[in-house]
Amino acid sequence: MLTLDNVTKVYKTGTFGGESLPAVRGASFEIRPGEVTSLIGESGSGKSTLGKMILRLTPVTSGTISFEGTDVAGLKGKRLREYYRHVQGVFQDPFSSYNPVFRADRVFATIKRSYFPSVSNSEWHGRVEASLESVGLNPVDVLDKFTHQLSGGQLQRILIARALLLEIKILVADEIISMIDASTRVDVLNLLANLKSRGLGVLFITHDLSLGNYISERTIILRRGVVVEMGATQKVFDNPQHDYTKMLLTAVPQLHKKWGAGLAPELEAMGVTSEGEGRPGRYSRSSMHPLAAMHAWKGHRAQVVAAALETAASADRTDTYLRTHEEVPPLVEVEEDHFVVTSAGAE
Amino acid sequence: MGLKVDQLRICYRTLRGDVTAVDDVTFDIADGEIMGLAGESGCGKSTLGNSLIRMDVRMRQLGGRVELDGAELPISDARAMRDYRFKVVSIIPQYAMSALNPTRRVGKMVSELLRSRGFDYKSALPEFERRVKLVGLDADILKRYPIELSGGMKQRVVMIVSTLLNPSLLIADEITSALDVSTQRAVGEMLLEFRDRNFVKTTMVITHDLSILAQVADTILIMYAGKLAEKARTDVVIGSPLHPYTQLLISSLPEVGVRHDEHTLVGIPGRPPPLLNPPSGCRFRDRCPFAFDRCAADPPFVEVQPGHSVACWLHADGVSPAGGAEQC
Amino acid sequence: MTVLGTDEATADRGAPVAGAGAGAPKRRRFEFLYFALRNKKLIIGLSVVLLFVLFAIFGPLFVQHPLTAYGPPRHTPSGTYYFGTDYFGLDVFTQFVYGLRESLFVGLIGGCGATVIGMTLGFISGYKGGLIDEGLNVLCNVELTIPGLVLLILIAGFLHHTSPLIEGLLIACTTWTWSMRAIRAQTFSLVSRDFVGLARLSGEKSRSIIVREIAPNMSSYLFLVFILLFGGSILVAASFDFLGLGPAGGMSLGIMMMNAADWSALPLHTWWWFVPPGAAITCVVGGLYLANVGLDEVFNPKLREL
Ligand SMILES: Nc1ncnc2c1ncn2[C@@H]1O[C@H](COP(=O)(O)OP(=O)(O)O)[C@@H](O)[C@H]1O
Ligand SMILES: Nc1ncnc2c1ncn2[C@@H]1O[C@H](COP(=O)(O)OP(=O)(O)O)[C@@H](O)[C@H]1O
Ligand code: SF4
Ligand SMILES: [Mg+2]
Ligand SMILES: [Mg+2]
Repeated sequence: MLTLDNVTKVYKTGTFGGESLPAVRGASFEIRPGEVTSLIGESGSGKSTLGKMILRLTPVTSGTISFEGTDVAGLKGKRLREYYRHVQGVFQDPFSSYNPVFRADRVFATIKRSYFPSVSNSEWHGRVEASLESVGLNPVDVLDKFTHQLSGGQLQRILIARALLLEIKILVADEIISMIDASTRVDVLNLLANLKSRGLGVLFITHDLSLGNYISERTIILRRGVVVEMGATQKVFDNPQHDYTKMLLTAVPQLHKKWGAGLAPELEAMGVTSEGEGRPGRYSRSSMHPLAAMHAWKGHRAQVVAAALETAASADRTDTYLRTHEEVPPLVEVEEDHFVVTSAGAE
Repeated sequence: MGLKVDQLRICYRTLRGDVTAVDDVTFDIADGEIMGLAGESGCGKSTLGNSLIRMDVRMRQLGGRVELDGAELPISDARAMRDYRFKVVSIIPQYAMSALNPTRRVGKMVSELLRSRGFDYKSALPEFERRVKLVGLDADILKRYPIELSGGMKQRVVMIVSTLLNPSLLIADEITSALDVSTQRAVGEMLLEFRDRNFVKTTMVITHDLSILAQVADTILIMYAGKLAEKARTDVVIGSPLHPYTQLLISSLPEVGVRHDEHTLVGIPGRPPPLLNPPSGCRFRDRCPFAFDRCAADPPFVEVQPGHSVACWLHADGVSPAGGAEQC
Repeated sequence: MTVLGTDEATADRGAPVAGAGAGAPKRRRFEFLYFALRNKKLIIGLSVVLLFVLFAIFGPLFVQHPLTAYGPPRHTPSGTYYFGTDYFGLDVFTQFVYGLRESLFVGLIGGCGATVIGMTLGFISGYKGGLIDEGLNVLCNVELTIPGLVLLILIAGFLHHTSPLIEGLLIACTTWTWSMRAIRAQTFSLVSRDFVGLARLSGEKSRSIIVREIAPNMSSYLFLVFILLFGGSILVAASFDFLGLGPAGGMSLGIMMMNAADWSALPLHTWWWFVPPGAAITCVVGGLYLANVGLDEVFNPKLREL
């Protein structure tokens, strides 16, 4: 459906483009209809840049993005508008997605002006209401309101309703739930997941693996602009190959599993157990000498902290590493529909 | 000892009337305890945190008292609080990270801060550097500008600075919210490490993200629309919450391994009520699937099991709806 | 710190929707008018300006002495000489009426012209960015380094007959630079907002994005730019006239002020000579400024609710 082939983006910065900053390097993947593909990476890894290139909001430096067989780079005027009839996006910050001087429902009027000038007002109104209802909003609640009178979740859903008014086939959702409350987050997520049944392909951009796992069929892990691992979500999550993927997985805060919990099997073998779930990281002895247990516990904490620092340090380095132009290693298939970059784990 | 907050009420004076953002809040935090404060945005978490250290001009204390290490904390007296701020009570405000002056070197910033509090930068420097190394940063960070640092680095610098004088109470407001998972983890571990090393005695971690609290907090306090909903040990809140709001909040969180097609989670429909003229009775009533006739009265916050308090009529046996419930 | 600012947004969101919807008429087209008519600042500001405009239009009907008719010198205001006479015995009222006409005209041409040039270049520069932006920036810098008045004098030297229209246009050509810079900076910060991206995804062309999305966001700012340029043009025209480069035989508020200053109106206590033109300039610019503050409240839905 939408295919990226060896897509690279180098930002020119400084006066007269003196410096260059490669934000995406040699990315190749596709977004298939009826599937949610999640694009996961830390901030600065180039996720939004990829989304913007797909939405033609920023040009690609090299490589091609093609939609139903045509290269989208050359689209202009009418043909670009037709492209947007099928490919739409929703962005991270609901409050910056609306023009603050107008009412929120102006986004529908804009669509009508460009795409449905001949539809009568009453019919259009009916369509808008139907679309709002399909994203779980009560039209009375949201029509005729200004942005600051609506919640983040409502605003994001209005934008999805806007996209659904067109005959969209691909939706790029760039961190659309990171700024809304946990209590309404999953409703927006469920909504995205339900779009699959309409045959839509969704590119779900996030830095949170648990969200990606929740709704997506396929997962792409992006690191410093390079796709390091991708494939069926279950395979990537159950059998992560790249060290970076593994690190991300262990760092995700979970409700029922402590960060450090998996790090000390040898401690458990020695009989040190966690002392009640309530106090994370506190261990008490069972059959060991108190001092030995204390020692073991301290060692374990040190290990936990060291691991956390290492992950953080690797994140700190992100920006400087991005600036390198090193050759991108190819992906190899480790099992069916599961690819990993060849130098797995190597820096 | 620790922190004791008793029937605290804080409001904002606005043109349209008083907004009571913290309404009759009672809880305590023991020494060495990390308490998490969670709830949807706008439910008064930051207001509670800020009120313990720096009331802004629009905030008023309507009632209640706060005790830290056995002595009363004069929270409405801005002048008296000046002696406590930073030394005894320290806060990492929401968005502190982005509020760092990008054109001032970290070292200069720290020295100015210390001087303004009457402390000597030179003598504090070795300890500062020791802690910088402890959180995995280079000592040369003092010579760098905030603009050169990543979000995680800035947040850790802010943490060290605000705990440099070993305060008794640290309030950390949304310190992980804008971070990547890997740096979230580092910052979370830092909180535990600082507690274990006695850099801070009691810690209050404010966040809307329960899964972070599950990692770092010993106890969790859930707030809803300015009032307390539930307080218990972390494992109890996560594993067997009693308040319907807590239950719904937890069941709406996707965890690694939960998939939409196998197990569809649901959010909580509706929005919290406005705090300007809030509705009477249980404030969660119009969103609560269990609401019944008793809920038209305000549910008391009672201890149902040792260390586990809830404000819900479903769990208030023996308390008359007319009120007069004993405070825990 | 930023804490409060951001929380205020939450405060507004959390509150029930009171102001905006309540009494407003259903038809949106009249909404701005509805709020505009209820905004005191806007009404007062515009009334003041309108008063002067009407005066400039109908003033000649009340003129009793031609511009060049000499009467008693330094006559105090009276029934025959409403605003008195100047050092030479010319009627100040007559000068004022024709001066106001010309000054408003030159101000309008200069203000509009400079705003249009500044807006066009500022929008293009801020929206397109890249090489176009850098090119326009160079142009702007070149303009800035050449003192405007010198340029004006040079051009005026070439053109032998200047009319108020040409004078206004010349002023426009030399004062647009700072407005372009200001508009460019504003546009730049707005372009990075997501709603601009979304407008592009709605198939809007660059021009319509600028006109329909970006400009409305800065409407009160643009109006402020216009007011400042308008006031500025009147003052530049005054110094221009003073140098004898203005339209031949013309009169303007600037010329009046300059003459008054030159012929020691202040030490001689001929206050009626400089007070009317000075007050007129102050009132017109002040009235426009007040109207601008009012317009801001009308355009900004958040301010409207307070
Ligand atoms: N318009 C731009 N000009 C220059 N550099 C940019 C621009 N947009 C993004 N970048 C840089 O490209 C890198 C990737 O950014 P982005 O795609 O926004 O990452 P993500 O969305 O994963 O956080 C970052 O280092 C960022 O600083
Ligand atoms: N400066 C203020 N003036 C008036 N109301 C405020 C102000 N700041 C916050 N509020 C109100 O107080 C309530 C609690 O806000 P806050 O403590 O920031 O919540 P949280 O941190 O839980 O998101 C909100 O409903 C908000 O509307
Ligand atoms: S008191 Fe009633 S409405 Fe409130 S949470 Fe309990 S059951 Fe629900
Ligand atoms: Mg991004
Ligand atoms: Mg807050």
